[in-house]
Amino acid sequence: MSHATPGTPDRVHLDNGGRAPWHPLARQAFEQALADGWADPRRLHAEGRRAVRLLDGAREAVAAVLGARTQEVHLTPSHTASLHSAVASAAAARRRAGGTVVASAVERAAVLHAARAAGELSTVPADRLGRVDADAMVSAVRAPGVALAALQHANGEVGTVQPVEAVHEAARAAGVPLLVDAGASVGHVAVPQDWDLLAADPADWGGPAGVGVLAVRQRVRTAAVGPEDEDPWAPGGVSVPLAFAAAVALQAVEADRAEQEARRRALVDRLRAQVARIPDVEVVGDPDDRLPHVATFSFLYVDGEALVTELDRHGFAVGSGSACTASTLEPSHVLAAMGVLTHGNVRIALDRATTADEVDRFCEVLPDAVARVREMLGVGGL
Amino acid sequence: MDARGLRCPLPVIRLAESAKGLPAGTELTVLSTDPAVKLDVPAWCRMRGHEHVTTREHTDDWTGWAVTVRLG
Repeated sequence: MSHATPGTPDRVHLDNGGRAPWHPLARQAFEQALADGWADPRRLHAEGRRAVRLLDGAREAVAAVLGARTQEVHLTPSHTASLHSAVASAAAARRRAGGTVVASAVERAAVLHAARAAGELSTVPADRLGRVDADAMVSAVRAPGVALAALQHANGEVGTVQPVEAVHEAARAAGVPLLVDAGASVGHVAVPQDWDLLAADPADWGGPAGVGVLAVRQRVRTAAVGPEDEDPWAPGGVSVPLAFAAAVALQAVEADRAEQEARRRALVDRLRAQVARIPDVEVVGDPDDRLPHVATFSFLYVDGEALVTELDRHGFAVGSGSACTASTLEPSHVLAAMGVLTHGNVRIALDRATTADEVDRFCEVLPDAVARVREMLGVGGL
Repeated sequence: MDARGLRCPLPVIRLAESAKGLPAGTELTVLSTDPAVKLDVPAWCRMRGHEHVTTREHTDDWTGWAVTVRLG
């Protein structure tokens, strides 16, 4: 039985990347903070002071896990907002150095959009496994006119871990700040320490959506780019109960992270091995140097939308990067940059509550689901 | 091979159907309005032992791509 979708024990939710179910302690923390911290933390009365204490406590707890100072940690309205603000404000502060933002081709869309809006985007290619070419990124960062570099810690769509350490070393030598998007990794693997700005996503680690985390090292200059407000990273202020629940969830998932990492890595290895036995499949992403809970594959001659629907009918919720599952009708830019098959794509992100039995049941159902979709398309013998 | 107006994965499926029974070395060109063909035809070649020859973008009388492969 899964905790993933309470009240529907026959459902198995395997689409937990970027939106995982809340950790039970996050729920408790949320209720407590609703009772004690509902007031506006900017007010000077007792209720306001109680709220600001919870908010400060949340920032302190997040900072401790990230290896940052409390004053370096900012709370934002969402992970997307964190990435937009980080790129815009760090690039604006270095306008005199130049207008180029160097980013990998497999960064989150928010980073690429923000980079184009801030100046000129210079993209660094990734290989078939989704790994960024470290040498190419190092050269790009050293080029004249670079305001900011952005490299994710690990890719949330395919799981591949990126060469953040090497790129940060080069960026530091060149005096270019590095933004690390750790939205898919914090809470699942050890937090990287090679960054100047670091964005992390509570909704991904078992905390609430509607709040984001952005850490900015004190040495990094930023310029306010949003509306004038007491809190430029979250104009109008963040929700205290959400921030408090996010911090408690992070502490909770860090407490048994190593154990959960090993457990889920073993499940993902088993899943990737089972899926590789299905005919005409590309198992995507680095087999070893990867996130412990993410698995991605593309099936030849399969309609991604039909496969997601077929699996849903059998009780399994999965994600997809295929064009037919996107409103834009464009396939995932990550799969495109890797040069892998984009149709028939399925993305799995295991939750901490996902059991071995659920993964085994999925492995039993998947081959028939793929076969049925292929049968509908009449592709036997191709 | 005209697959214009068809959405993924149909252009690749139509290409595979056309390729069936043709001798090695035959060149086939698929016309498609679906941007996924740029990626999925080369991936199909890799998985099936064919060779991806060229991808040309059309912007004049119709908007889309012409992808040419040589069968292995």
